Amino acid sequence: MSDLDAFRAETRAWLEANCPASMRTPMPDREVVWGGRNPHFSNPDSKVWLEAMASRGWTAPLWPKAYGGGGLSNAQNAVLQDELKRIKARPAILSFGIWMFGPVILEYGTEEQKLTYLPDMVHGRTWWCQGYSEPGAGSDLAGLQTRAVDDGDAFIVNGQKVWTSYANHADWMLCLVRTNPDAPKHEGISVLLFDMKTPGVEVRPIKLISGASPFCETFLTDVRVPKPQMLGTLNKGWDVAKRILQYERTNISASGFGGGAGLELVAAAKEQIGLVDGVLADRDLRSRITRQKMYERAFNLSMKRAADEAKAGGEVSHYASVLKIAAAKLNQDKTELMVEALGMDGLGWEGDGYDAGALKATRDWLRAKANSIEGGTSEVNLNIVAKRVLGLRDHQ
Amino acid sequence: MSFALDEDLTLLKDTADGFFSERAPVSAFRAMRDAGATFDEGLAGEIAALGLTAALLPEAAGGSGMGFRAVGLALEAEGRTLAVSPLLQTGMIGAGALKLFGTPDQQAHYGAGLADGSIRFALAIDEGPRHDPRRCETVLVNGAVTGTKMFVQDGGSATHLLVAARDAGADVLAVVPADASGVSRTARTTVDHRDCADVIFDVAVAEAILPLGDDGLEGLLDVARAGVAAQMLGVMGGAFDMTNDYLKTRTQFGQLIGSFQGLQHRAAAMLVEMELTRSCVIAALLALDSGKDAREAVSIAKARAGDTLQLVTNETIQFHGGIGMTDAHDSGFYIKRARVLEALYGNAAFHRDRYARLNGY
Ligand SMILES: Cc1cc2nc3c(=O)[nH]c(=O)nc-3n(C[C@H](O)[C@H](O)[C@H](O)COP(=O)(O)OP(=O)(O)OC[C@H]3O[C@@H](n4cnc5c(N)ncnc54)[C@H](O)[C@@H]3O)c2cc1C
Repeated sequence: MSDLDAFRAETRAWLEANCPASMRTPMPDREVVWGGRNPHFSNPDSKVWLEAMASRGWTAPLWPKAYGGGGLSNAQNAVLQDELKRIKARPAILSFGIWMFGPVILEYGTEEQKLTYLPDMVHGRTWWCQGYSEPGAGSDLAGLQTRAVDDGDAFIVNGQKVWTSYANHADWMLCLVRTNPDAPKHEGISVLLFDMKTPGVEVRPIKLISGASPFCETFLTDVRVPKPQMLGTLNKGWDVAKRILQYERTNISASGFGGGAGLELVAAAKEQIGLVDGVLADRDLRSRITRQKMYERAFNLSMKRAADEAKAGGEVSHYASVLKIAAAKLNQDKTELMVEALGMDGLGWEGDGYDAGALKATRDWLRAKANSIEGGTSEVNLNIVAKRVLGLRDHQ
Repeated sequence: MSFALDEDLTLLKDTADGFFSERAPVSAFRAMRDAGATFDEGLAGEIAALGLTAALLPEAAGGSGMGFRAVGLALEAEGRTLAVSPLLQTGMIGAGALKLFGTPDQQAHYGAGLADGSIRFALAIDEGPRHDPRRCETVLVNGAVTGTKMFVQDGGSATHLLVAARDAGADVLAVVPADASGVSRTARTTVDHRDCADVIFDVAVAEAILPLGDDGLEGLLDVARAGVAAQMLGVMGGAFDMTNDYLKTRTQFGQLIGSFQGLQHRAAAMLVEMELTRSCVIAALLALDSGKDAREAVSIAKARAGDTLQLVTNETIQFHGGIGMTDAHDSGFYIKRARVLEALYGNAAFHRDRYARLNGY
């Protein structure tokens, strides 16, 4: 038996023993686990499952053991993911920290920063948010104006962030600030990490068209951030910021924007519309559903191809934007078709007149409109593909 | 199975890319078209000599035991330069039929001819202008074939026809030498200026019968479809690269046209579609190699390749402006080849319908 086979056998046995039965069922939205200082587990098994996975570092399987990670090789991680998929295990935690901030702390952080922040992410003890966008700086992120002024052993931060996802729940923020207002815009930015409880941090939730309030305005008034909480080099924060965006886009694509389990498109269309001679009675919808299904498969296969090529040592950096654009279209088309298939049932807002699946379909459809905006708009990602992949230039 | 290329496949890809770009660039196709030729015997011989037409067969039968994924790489290289070659009909479909259905004796007999270039196949399947494998009035009676096949690709230059026929209600694949008595071929001039013929069989004696598996012809048709999809990947890649080069050389308003965002976004959107489509084509070829049910994977590949290729070849003309409409420019060659490949063995709509039926709706 090869080492990898042994690892698989051991992993399978451990998962069998440690993954509670209810964690192998589709996850309703309300059972999603984000962790944090005041974690919320509406299903007690979620807590058991998170603690079990974190105890092995398997919530961050590739991170070194010294920082709480699993210390696995790529090949071992592939086995672990396989085995998790095999038993249809839910993700133990959803975490911006693990997805995009931890990896850059590993890359750019000091030893002390790694020891301070990473183990808490692995165990789901901190919930992180991303302080990038500002009222005047969205796609043109490098135009951000939030100022950080040197005050000896700390920076004093003033400014406003917006669209900060889950800032109202988060314990820590990774925040882009301007440390040199006189330099060209990309060269005066730094990255600060601070506790959301720091005096001067104020958060106001914003309601989305879907009715949920997953993001906030964040006001920063004389917020004092000790200098050891700067990540990377002073005024070189843009490099860190771009790395995070790459992780963010890849992770958005990997999750396919998929929240909890919902209705399946073909099944819903069959039930609502019916078959004639084995063929969906609405031929036009049938054809569009099929295009969507094929697109979805094409996307999933491309995720696998990108992973295979990365494993084989190929150049894969261009996939981040390509797949982000595709993931947004995929999810928007899917949710749009679902609402269409359900007819007026797909347009319910609340109340007993609609079943839970239909209500979720409505909200998912509305929420999906953000997919081509969050994490960099589709237009911005098309710009990136045009310039970095196709080698096209700006106007001279 | 991995999507990444291993060492052997990388070598094969480099060899095929190099061969077609040097030996059969688009200018060679243009010269052929100008000369009124639809087939290049010399080129066909060189491709056989490279081992590509027999590659699918086992070594004992003169091949090299390669998989469909490998031949797909060569088909893509061929499509990229619009080369006219026996790779699809002979290397993919003919050798594929022998690999899937041939007895060891049949494999050895035809394998030798495939390897030395003396045998070239053509699949004779459709009996009308739209692909419809259920429509088959051609029959095999007492070992002889009678019926009419239309739009047979490579039908004029093939030495042997692989004829789909009904034998007392069952599907069979009959191998009929093109020079057998009772075979008459009429060339068609198609928009892509490649070899295409209608073939009438009038009690033409079959030289061999390939027993088909449980799926009947579908298994072989899926090999053909995946092969066409691989060619389509090459055609779209060739058209796209030519177009992207033009974006970087043509100036208007004192600017490279590639600096206009209206064109940049359309070019980038094409790249996204091409990347997604590439994954589907590779998946279809890998599914064929796995020996498992490949129907769904193949239909996805052919449908997506059709849609993407239509987009890319239309944009190719548009991005070139007036020059793209001229016969002197290669844009026209790409779009013409594209539409023939799209119609061949089921267009995108055919394969969407097939996918939906396979999934019960
Ligand atoms: C659900 C959701 C969650 C989010 N979470 C966070 C978060 O946690 N943290 C955070 O910092 N931000 C977050 N964002 C913000 C997000 O990153 C920004 O909304 C996004 O970058 C776009 O910025 P903007 O909203 O200012 O739009 P703008 O930049 O003003 O764009 C308006 C329109 O102009 C287009 N446009 C802009 N520039 C160009 C150009 N150069 N070429 C072509 N078109 C262009 C855009 O594509 C868009 O269509 C979130 C957004 C959403 C919707």
